[in-house]
Amino acid sequence: MASRPFKTMLAALGATLLAGAAAAQEPIKIGVTQPLTGAFAASGNYVAQGAKIAEEEINKAGGVLGRKIQLIVEDNKSNPTEAVATAEKLIVKDKVPVMMGAWSSTLTLAVMPKLEEYKVPMLVETSSSGKITVSGNPYIFRISPTSEMEAKAFTPLFKKLGIKKADFLSTNNDFGLGAAKEFSEAAKREGVTVGVMETMDPKATDFSAQLAKIKASGSDTLFVTTAVEQITLLLKQAKDQQLIARIITTGGSNSPDQLIAQAGAAANGSYHLVFFTPWFPEAVKNPDIAKKFVALWNEKKYNVGGLTEGFRGWDGIHTIVAAIKAAGKAEPAAIQQALWGVKVQGINGDIAFIKQGPAGKESAQNVPSVYLVKIEGGKVTRQ
Amino acid sequence: MRGEGSTEVGGLRRGAQPAYAGPIFTHLRCAGGRENAAPSFDLKRSVEQLLQHCLNALILGGTYALLGIGLTLIFGIMRVVNFTHGELYSFGAYAMYMWVMVSGVNFFVALPLAILLGVLLGAAIEFLLLRRLRGADIDTTMLVMIGAWIALQNIEQLSWSGVAKSIDSPFPASPLVLGPVSVSWNRLFVFVVALALIAATYALINRTKLGKAMRATFQDRETAALMGVQINSIYTATFALGSGLAAAAGALLGPVFVVYPTMGDLASLKAFAIVILGGLGSIPGATIGGFILAFMEELGAGYVSSGYRDAMGFLLIIIILLVKPTGLFAQKERIG
Repeated sequence: MASRPFKTMLAALGATLLAGAAAAQEPIKIGVTQPLTGAFAASGNYVAQGAKIAEEEINKAGGVLGRKIQLIVEDNKSNPTEAVATAEKLIVKDKVPVMMGAWSSTLTLAVMPKLEEYKVPMLVETSSSGKITVSGNPYIFRISPTSEMEAKAFTPLFKKLGIKKADFLSTNNDFGLGAAKEFSEAAKREGVTVGVMETMDPKATDFSAQLAKIKASGSDTLFVTTAVEQITLLLKQAKDQQLIARIITTGGSNSPDQLIAQAGAAANGSYHLVFFTPWFPEAVKNPDIAKKFVALWNEKKYNVGGLTEGFRGWDGIHTIVAAIKAAGKAEPAAIQQALWGVKVQGINGDIAFIKQGPAGKESAQNVPSVYLVKIEGGKVTRQ
Repeated sequence: MRGEGSTEVGGLRRGAQPAYAGPIFTHLRCAGGRENAAPSFDLKRSVEQLLQHCLNALILGGTYALLGIGLTLIFGIMRVVNFTHGELYSFGAYAMYMWVMVSGVNFFVALPLAILLGVLLGAAIEFLLLRRLRGADIDTTMLVMIGAWIALQNIEQLSWSGVAKSIDSPFPASPLVLGPVSVSWNRLFVFVVALALIAATYALINRTKLGKAMRATFQDRETAALMGVQINSIYTATFALGSGLAAAAGALLGPVFVVYPTMGDLASLKAFAIVILGGLGSIPGATIGGFILAFMEELGAGYVSSGYRDAMGFLLIIIILLVKPTGLFAQKERIG
């Protein structure tokens, strides 16, 4: 028989205990390093927006392991030195057990030694260079395709598109050079003549010299590998110089909607390899998820052109959270172990990792979907 | 590494299972593209390529010259290591974007408005920052200008976000075709306006009373002041003029390229190279330096290696400075 004061005391005690428990339930931090300013600012912001959508969604559904998640987004300023500094800050100061980043092969490669030093896994949402997963860094979990995978996926299309001779123009970094190598080798294997292989500085805005040379080579197709800003300029300048070759961009950072808006008529007739097709969400592997993501994105009034980048942020955070759930605790080693086993229904198909690189120190690589779309009459089309 | 040793490379060897779960959308019709690949060497085509390179270099050179003369006034004549030059360039482009795309002002009205805004911003920088630093050593001034550069770039980033903007131009989309070569109307317009601005600046410095006062002030400040020259106004006017020219380059090129906050970095770098190449303070030097840099880059990229396009220009600068350390057209300095 409990007296009234005793009940009150009990309730107060219970409340105190619960409050103490709640205080211990700090959110699980996830470090994100993206280029929010500098040359890749547009893409980096889109990825961060996609990640934020995932964070909100997961927390609304109760979080993971009974705790909320909290993204700590740092700006790596499109600069490898800054990317290293952000990784160090996230790991040492914020004590994040897992990271996502760093947009572009060069930035990711710069961060990789820090992951080994501090033994923290990183989910790589955007990066094409083969080097990342074959250099023996077991903390790398990449969900975006390698240039080699893109080139393999594209291989049957050399014949289908009637490509006889191809030129290559790539941005002069790990991303561009890696893609040019893989696609030109794939072309040679298919009996396609490789014409000129040109590069451009990642910051360059004028490609007239390269285009004049490409025009003179007389190829029927030009493969371009760089980010959307340079592709926009390139399409305009190719039109100015009356380049008749068909332009195909690789790498998935080509935001066709942005090209249509900014390059206008010059974008017509160009082909783009993309990793998500928001124009036809019904056609992807997990259409319900894709549709839901597109709806959430539009609800936020984010730039529609950013969907093809933003989805990576969403896929990345969901994959990380699935691993935290499987690990049962938010610790780097446990998450690293758990990531190997995750199976996540992502916007870009089902995400699961396979091993790449030297035995014993393998990195993880996902096998994503790749799509080829064409811009025609100011619209993205598929055939 | 990716050879026989590795177990699964990208899941591409998993027997009958297709490597890619997702479909590949393709365009099956063979659109465009010539069926017969041309022979690898073709004299006619080579000549056409050379002509196109030369035309490109000429057009590019006009822009470089415009960037160069603005900076040669500030860096060469005023001796201010002006790190904000590139930011004035992007400011001009954003001003153009604001007038044309946001306010809907006519392109040809927006252009002088954008340049005017650049002149005002330049005057403000001189008035607020440099005036206080007159007589300060070059390192202090340099640090302040680096600060101003970073601040301006971040303000642009904050106001306009990092997404590149494009400006509609009233010029026809199809290029001007001259036999085997072609050039866009917009770039031709830029070239003509750039030459006009260069000529006007040259005339202003060498033929007007204001120009004479500018030259006098930077030759000998004290004597000029004693002769009744308002040296404070001359400092502001010169910095504003140089800034206006940078803004003009940005306003002209914004519609040709796209507009983004860091666009000024490369422009700034090239401008410094051109000024040093042409000789500090020389307008003809900066003009010719601009064209030399453009030809070197274009031909270097076309015939040697496009990866080293920017290095070509700097290689040439090193060679010229070894032979002539003061640049091609350095003004004689009075000593003592």
